[in-house]
Amino acid sequence: MSRRLKSGGRLIDRSRPMLFSFNTRSMRGFAGDTVASALLGEGQMLVGRSFKYHRPRGIVTSGPEEPNALLGIGAKGTFEPNARATTTELFDGLEAKSQNHWPSLDFDIGAINSKLWRFFPAGFYYKTFLWPQSFWKHVYEPVIRQSAGLGKPPKARDADHYEHFYAHVDVLVIGGGIAGLTAAKSAGEAGAEVLLVEQTAHWGGRAPVDGAEIDGKPGEAWIDETVAALEAMPNVRLRTRTIGAGVYDHGYTLLDERLTDHAPDPETPRHRLWKVRAAQIITATGAIERPLSFAGNDLPGVMLASAVRDYVVNFGIAPGDRTVIVTNNDDGYRTALVLKEAGLEVPAVLDARAEATGPLAEEVREAGITVQAGRGIAKVTGQGRVQKVWACDQAGSGTNADPIEADGVAMSGGWSPVVHLWSHCGGKLNWVEDQAHFAPDPERAPLCASGKPFVLTAGMASGAMTTADVLADAHRAGQTAAEATGRKGTVKAPEAVAEEVQPMAPVWKMPAQAPYKLKAKSWLDYQNDVKVTDVELAAQEGFESVEHAKRYTTLGMATDQGKLSNINGLAILSGELNSDIPSVGTTTFRPPYTPLVMGAIAGEAKGELFQPIQRTPIHDWHEENGAHWEPVGHWRRPYAFPRNGESVEDAVKREVLAVRNEVGLLDASTLGKIIVKGPDAGRFLDMMYTNMMSTLKPGKCRYGLMCSENGFLSDDGVVARIDDDTWLCHTTTGGADRIHAHMEEWLQTEWWDWKVYVANVSEHYAQFAVAGPKARQVLEALGPDFDVSKDTFPFMAWTEGALGNLPVRVFRISFSGELSYEIAVPASRGRALWDKLLEAGKPHGITPYGTEALHVLRAEKGFIMIGDETDGTVIPQDLGLHWAVSKKKDDFLGKRAQERDHMVGPLRWKLVGLETVDGSVLPDGAYAVGEGTNENGQRSVQGRVTSTYYSPTLDRGIAMGLVQHGPDRMGEVLDFPKVDGEVVQAQIVDPVFYDKDGEKQNV
Amino acid sequence: MLILTCPYCGVVCDETELTPGGEAHLTRFGPGSSDEDFEGYLFHRENPKGVHFERWRHAYGCGKWFHAARDTVTLEVFGTYYAQVTEPSQDMKDAITAKHPGWSWRDFS
Repeated sequence: MSRRLKSGGRLIDRSRPMLFSFNTRSMRGFAGDTVASALLGEGQMLVGRSFKYHRPRGIVTSGPEEPNALLGIGAKGTFEPNARATTTELFDGLEAKSQNHWPSLDFDIGAINSKLWRFFPAGFYYKTFLWPQSFWKHVYEPVIRQSAGLGKPPKARDADHYEHFYAHVDVLVIGGGIAGLTAAKSAGEAGAEVLLVEQTAHWGGRAPVDGAEIDGKPGEAWIDETVAALEAMPNVRLRTRTIGAGVYDHGYTLLDERLTDHAPDPETPRHRLWKVRAAQIITATGAIERPLSFAGNDLPGVMLASAVRDYVVNFGIAPGDRTVIVTNNDDGYRTALVLKEAGLEVPAVLDARAEATGPLAEEVREAGITVQAGRGIAKVTGQGRVQKVWACDQAGSGTNADPIEADGVAMSGGWSPVVHLWSHCGGKLNWVEDQAHFAPDPERAPLCASGKPFVLTAGMASGAMTTADVLADAHRAGQTAAEATGRKGTVKAPEAVAEEVQPMAPVWKMPAQAPYKLKAKSWLDYQNDVKVTDVELAAQEGFESVEHAKRYTTLGMATDQGKLSNINGLAILSGELNSDIPSVGTTTFRPPYTPLVMGAIAGEAKGELFQPIQRTPIHDWHEENGAHWEPVGHWRRPYAFPRNGESVEDAVKREVLAVRNEVGLLDASTLGKIIVKGPDAGRFLDMMYTNMMSTLKPGKCRYGLMCSENGFLSDDGVVARIDDDTWLCHTTTGGADRIHAHMEEWLQTEWWDWKVYVANVSEHYAQFAVAGPKARQVLEALGPDFDVSKDTFPFMAWTEGALGNLPVRVFRISFSGELSYEIAVPASRGRALWDKLLEAGKPHGITPYGTEALHVLRAEKGFIMIGDETDGTVIPQDLGLHWAVSKKKDDFLGKRAQERDHMVGPLRWKLVGLETVDGSVLPDGAYAVGEGTNENGQRSVQGRVTSTYYSPTLDRGIAMGLVQHGPDRMGEVLDFPKVDGEVVQAQIVDPVFYDKDGEKQNV
Repeated sequence: MLILTCPYCGVVCDETELTPGGEAHLTRFGPGSSDEDFEGYLFHRENPKGVHFERWRHAYGCGKWFHAARDTVTLEVFGTYYAQVTEPSQDMKDAITAKHPGWSWRDFS
């Protein structure tokens, strides 16, 4: 069983004990511990249950590649599922919970799956749950969903906050091991602006544990000196606890800095997401040790050899008291020496290579440890943890294995460079035969805008495997990056004594001739429970592409994204396909390198800041007067103003009747207002609108339609001609920015020689509609300095002047069908005018009304609404708007498209009014059904409802819709089935329900 | 995320400052054009693996439309230029030829 050693642990402070809980059990660790080291220190080797078979699992690694030790950390608002215990720093009061078990970690019902493993092969779900189709929704999916997924999503709102941070640098160095430090120093001394980031809280990476000696000094001393030198350089910034998450096009990089995960503080952002634009990126991301595939390699107590020595050296932990080492390379021997040094037993080193002749092997033998060459592990056995290791000949099939009493296994299958960041943006890899790994190919690097490489690798991330090679490679990377940004490097590379190394030998199955029974217990992907036999089965079933095999078996698809399993799985697949590894290839590496919390991605963009709200100058008044809000584009508009105790529906009804019988007041400030000016402005507007706008007289208004080049209606609004070369175009509320951009696009890219300026002045003005039979009296009460009589200021005219001593522009236009003045005033005077209108209107019963009353009023008049009657497939002719489409003009946007035969053909659905036979309100979007079925066997349809309301004026339901041959079928009754199957009948009528001759707006 | 230099204001823009506008150098076909010409203008677009001419707007900057010549595979940007032209300049074409001998795109090469 694992335990804390009496002394040692370079990263922990034994004078600062810390209390934490694991599944409600109280435990003790030290400052500097990770949750993983603290658990091991308390003898807690079992940390979770596996995904599919619910097998007991323990800690395997000491870094971000950890597949098993995924815990729920925190509670309520700070709860985070799937946190890796190996990268989570311990703090006092931390709460950790294990996942994927029921009812408890030690007794788990799902472990029955482990006994049934023969019935859960690769592709089990695909094969089992195919038929019958009807079972999917109610039987299979709920069951699968219940058992799928690791951890539980948090239910409470995230109590922490997060921030985003932008930075531009010459050289970004990701990874603060000796390679990253060297590269940063070389680039920094050459004068480049450097940002160096390290994912852990400590500089130097593996070097202090692995005993590197640099420039004649012990690794740790060299690291301290180098960090001090970098900190003294004004052009170098350093950040620990910052992980390189993703590298994107042209040097864009995401970094995640964990500010308070190690010391919670609600005042400080928890994470800071860096968005860095770097001219050059150096990935000094090191390498990850590979597991070996032997039976029982998932038992708690089996760990990576490098992790075993990390726990001993960094945290003063004995992962086991008797640890067998199994390796295919020299590096595993370092673990034997570290364990021996700590006074722990190493019963044997099993070296899968035929000979063990390297200097490290000799040193281990001299230390009195048994070295067995040509040997491997047939299986590891034990109840919930390692108890016996069965050593066998690597070349054989695992028969006649010798048992060794042990409580730990340290395995080393060789090292794979961390190529993720290199690959994110398209960097390619080469297979390196003598290390049996993929390494970046510098000839095929990701390219920046200039066509030159922008990602370099340094140290083990390049495939350099000895200290001397790492330093030389990192120095070269630093120099090259600095030179690419126009600096000149001169400093000397740090040096280390060259090591003599015995070549590693790839081992993909242990033993080489392992029978099915052993391979079916040899895990490749711990987190997703994928075994050697699963990949073999996938190959046999024809999943030859690595991407297909991955998805079929789920190899590498867990939260660790195959950091441990990738190469081992590929090797099994290629072996089964009788093909070499490079021709099978790797799966694609995608960002992020490790999971990012959603909060970090969202940053400050939550709550009110998620999407800023546009407010009119009258917003506060609306708020104070009980507006029931409706979002329109980015705006908030009052839907209605319910009074004390009044329902929203009643408010709408009251507001509609007020406009029809007395006078209403609408805040129409959100309407788009675009000035079009210049000698060619008339010609330009003739292209933009289907109508003729160049012939409009100054002082007059005209309703205009805009179409896309594809012929479909895109916007509408009233255009006023201000003077000879100036027009003011009103757009829909949501359309201002879009239509402004649309005009700019055509002016800049097609008719760039036309002399026209456009300006979006939508928010420069507040604009109100005073509508109703008493509208004129309200204006008169404010003492206008212009004549408001019918003859001088008729319908569809506009004028300028003073109203209530405020400068106004008044348009006699109407969207309600009533006598109506739309009054524009500079935005800063908007509230003043609004208040005066309310005051002046009081004797006339002036009633503020909202968007719903506006909609009802326009529907009663048969006025179309962009987005209701149009949906991107409707042309003006469908809506009976032929009168607004000029026949005289040679050209306008959409004209050619509207000439296509399917636009002029007889089958189009056209606008009509619809009146229910029983007076009820038709459901919005309901379809009118026809005879028979279509080619898909669905009921034929012949029309649909586009707008539908209760009309307070007529006291009945009214609707508009598009119906095939509609205008020719007046009086016909159509069937509209509701969602519940009940049919509503409605008669086709004229779409103008009220004041058909338009007399009321023209008084 | 791409970087493009706006040829009007000279700002080196992150892609988030820009809005894309599809293919550059289209010829507009209006009333009187054949169905084939109109269809080609409205719908048919190049989708090359390699050299491409495209439109961008510096929407969150100076507001100008400009053109970019870019390699869709390597993401190399050969250059950006004003939108008020019907074809790329000879200099631009020469610059592309230097990197991609034998390239062609629509009628250009």
